[in-house]
Amino acid sequence: MEEETHTDAKIRAENGTGSSPRGPGCSLRHFACEQNLLSRPDGSASFLQGDTSVLAGVYGPAEVKVSKEIFNKATLEVILRPKIGLPGVAEKSRERLIRNTCEAVVLGTLHPRTSITVVLQVVSDAGSLLACCLNAACMALVDAGVPMRALFCGVACALDSDGTLVLDPTSKQEKEARAVLTFALDSVERKLLMSSTKGLYSDTEQCLAAAQAASQHVFRFYRESLQRRYSKS
Amino acid sequence: MAEPASVAAESLAGSRARAARTVLGQVVLPGEELLLPEQEDAEGPGGAVERPLSLNARACSRVRVVCGPGLRRCGDRLLVTKCGRLRHKEPGSGSGGGVYWVDSQQKRYVPVKGDHVIGIVTAKSGDIFKVDVGGSEPASLSYLSFEGATKRNRPNVQVGDLIYGQFVVANKDMEPEMVCIDSCGRANGMGVIGQDGLLFKVTLGLIRKLLAPDCEIIQEVGKLYPLEIVFGMNGRIWVKAKTIQQTLILANILEACEHMTSDQRKQIFSRLAES
Repeated sequence: MEEETHTDAKIRAENGTGSSPRGPGCSLRHFACEQNLLSRPDGSASFLQGDTSVLAGVYGPAEVKVSKEIFNKATLEVILRPKIGLPGVAEKSRERLIRNTCEAVVLGTLHPRTSITVVLQVVSDAGSLLACCLNAACMALVDAGVPMRALFCGVACALDSDGTLVLDPTSKQEKEARAVLTFALDSVERKLLMSSTKGLYSDTEQCLAAAQAASQHVFRFYRESLQRRYSKS
Repeated sequence: MAEPASVAAESLAGSRARAARTVLGQVVLPGEELLLPEQEDAEGPGGAVERPLSLNARACSRVRVVCGPGLRRCGDRLLVTKCGRLRHKEPGSGSGGGVYWVDSQQKRYVPVKGDHVIGIVTAKSGDIFKVDVGGSEPASLSYLSFEGATKRNRPNVQVGDLIYGQFVVANKDMEPEMVCIDSCGRANGMGVIGQDGLLFKVTLGLIRKLLAPDCEIIQEVGKLYPLEIVFGMNGRIWVKAKTIQQTLILANILEACEHMTSDQRKQIFSRLAES
């Protein structure tokens, strides 16, 4: 028997007023998160953003090979498996981005000479994949009880050819966009942990500000989801 | 730009540190900062309250608060590092502000000094047994750490045996070491666990619940069948009853206990008692 906490939340982030032109598609898609759904890993989570779904499992702090051990902190490994085919260079680069984000947040010095492994499986990809992976990784790390100094979330935004900013773009919006930016933000002061950008753009500040506003909703969703999980015990 | 700044300010306002007292029993998330009792007055509403300087400069009365699992000291505040419910225990006697800790649900065990755990012997190298306790490293157990063991009189421990012992050394920097005697040299229930029986794994939170004083589950289970049971703080439980069927029933009940309410449990127990 497994404890499943299925939390649905329809989050809308309306950034109506402001000097920058904002289109009507400025809301985050429907979120859902489920924790502790896998029995083998120490922590697991499934995060759904619209139609994009990622399943994450965390093992740790566990044994580490002597060749990979670090004497004063935990070795963090991220494995990202695409939905079809073998993992390629794109997956490797995403793994590195996610790993750098996790390393900034996880208190690795509490578990030296151990390994913390995050395994992500893409279940369906309909845009904002990196952001969804970051969210799933964060929820899985919390589920596993890995000590962290803050929570983090991923927010993706796409810049149209006429400068319209769309948060949480679908794959169609990503393809037609001039630039796609993904930010990882921490929960304490909404600081920027990681940014991955592709395309032509000139104004990072505006996108970052919009992402910071949207991250508020994501963190609120995290809080509600975790409160619901602990209220059942 | 004015707009993003106001949005940012609003989001930051929610993350101001709260007093630990007000958050007791609530779910706290990693990254939250908690104020200890003696700092609440200093912070105050707004924080910019003028206080008359007292000529009698008394050293601020510091209460010694113990920071338990899930909390870290961050300056003079507590930083929450795990998600769970915040708990507090008043000090029994003497000074001190008690213990604060976060009650979280976890599956992975991290060795802690003084914990009694069930381990599986994985290797025997010279005078040391390597025991798997479910942590990141196997613990070491010396053959002299059994009751009545001497160099001539070695304990009969084979690879694959179950050991119930406690940690004497368990910190993040060293390999954990366990022993099967207490400080007086007596076994006190520790040592090799006998033949038969079933070892299974549950979450750490369930073990703590079962080991709490006045746990109803254990009393009810004891009334069902005569049984032997050993709880390891590393999430492992060993049960043995008269027949294999009874042992399996007990194992299933204990595993399911985590998700059942007390009414459902009572129903199942009454149904089993009848059959």
